Amino acid sequence: MFLVPDSVGRFFHRMASPPHFYAFTERLMPWLVVIFVLLTAAGLYGGLYLAPADYQQGDSYRIIYIHVPSAWMSLFIYIVMAVAGAIGLIWRIKLAEIVTISSASIGASFTFIALVTGSLWGKPMWGTWWVWDARLTSELILLFLYLGVIGLYEAIDDKRVASKAVAILALVGVVNIPVIHYSVEWWNTLHQGPTVTKMDKPSIHVTMLIPLLLMALSFNVYYVIALIQRMRVELLQRERNSQWVKTMVLEKKR
Amino acid sequence: MKPARKQRLILIALMVIGASIATAFALKSFNENLMYFFSTTDVIEGKAPKDTLFRLGGMVIKGSVERPNDGLMVRFKLTDFSKEVTVEYTGILPDLFREGQGIVAHGKLNTQGVFIAEEVLAKHDENYMPPEVKDSLKNQPTAGKGQ
Repeated sequence: MFLVPDSVGRFFHRMASPPHFYAFTERLMPWLVVIFVLLTAAGLYGGLYLAPADYQQGDSYRIIYIHVPSAWMSLFIYIVMAVAGAIGLIWRIKLAEIVTISSASIGASFTFIALVTGSLWGKPMWGTWWVWDARLTSELILLFLYLGVIGLYEAIDDKRVASKAVAILALVGVVNIPVIHYSVEWWNTLHQGPTVTKMDKPSIHVTMLIPLLLMALSFNVYYVIALIQRMRVELLQRERNSQWVKTMVLEKKR
Repeated sequence: MKPARKQRLILIALMVIGASIATAFALKSFNENLMYFFSTTDVIEGKAPKDTLFRLGGMVIKGSVERPNDGLMVRFKLTDFSKEVTVEYTGILPDLFREGQGIVAHGKLNTQGVFIAEEVLAKHDENYMPPEVKDSLKNQPTAGKGQ
């Protein structure tokens, strides 16, 4: 903890306290929404209108502006979920447990979008909706992992116990993340190799890349918005008997 | 860090490492089955199955696509830049099927070593660029058909 400035440390410490988190996110939300709307508008305008058609795929390639950011988010959210799970297990921080379970359904949605848009893209380009190659199969397993996390959490009544069980499942499932990412390099697959996330320079023209990165940012902000909203609800449910929730509700009534 | 927390951290680290090792071994042993297609070199070297259906992937050699009789039957050569295999297919090809493009064909070898495909899927590459850029990249006279 030597490298972290005092003020940052204090910020995170305060954020870990539920009442402070609740009040802070309420003030943060309008800003996040504005940023999200601006990024999405810019990304979609750039991707669907400004970016040129592809030399091979024509206009059909434009589905990458949804497909690729969703697929990135599906991996990223899983990592966030697992790391928060580990923090919850080790330090028993209630807010970390809530991050884990609140991320699961958002991650599952992004995985589902990635699979569906990929399928819609595969039919005209490859000539098939679905193949059992390593990339597609491992992404489908990711969806099942998310659904498993949600199901396990709902199956256990004591939510603190449920959080521990879910964190262990999420941590074991982490092995799937590198498998998904490297599947196209380790094995022969119908899915093409990485375009942007590789050591070399991206093999996408810069006019097409910028909207893609904007969309990726916008999806990230959307994740933060959805995560905060879900966390607030979960927090109120878990803390419904605590003093700060009672005082807040009474103050709102007045 | 308190001892109890440290213990939990070590436990979790061991669990993740254990799961990773188990997965690595499993994937290693199923390596062959995880390959979506055989390469043309595999076929020439006899690694591909003889009597059953399998998938063959490779790049369509430029200038090798021909339609011997007037029907839908098309014959072309696939390569992985070391060995070549002739493929015959009767049916409608996907839009992205072009010379110089990667494809995956599903079918089996006949006795002459020609691959009789029942299905042809196009494999598109990871490059995205406007047609003008493609044209300026390739100024050889043979490769001018970017679209």
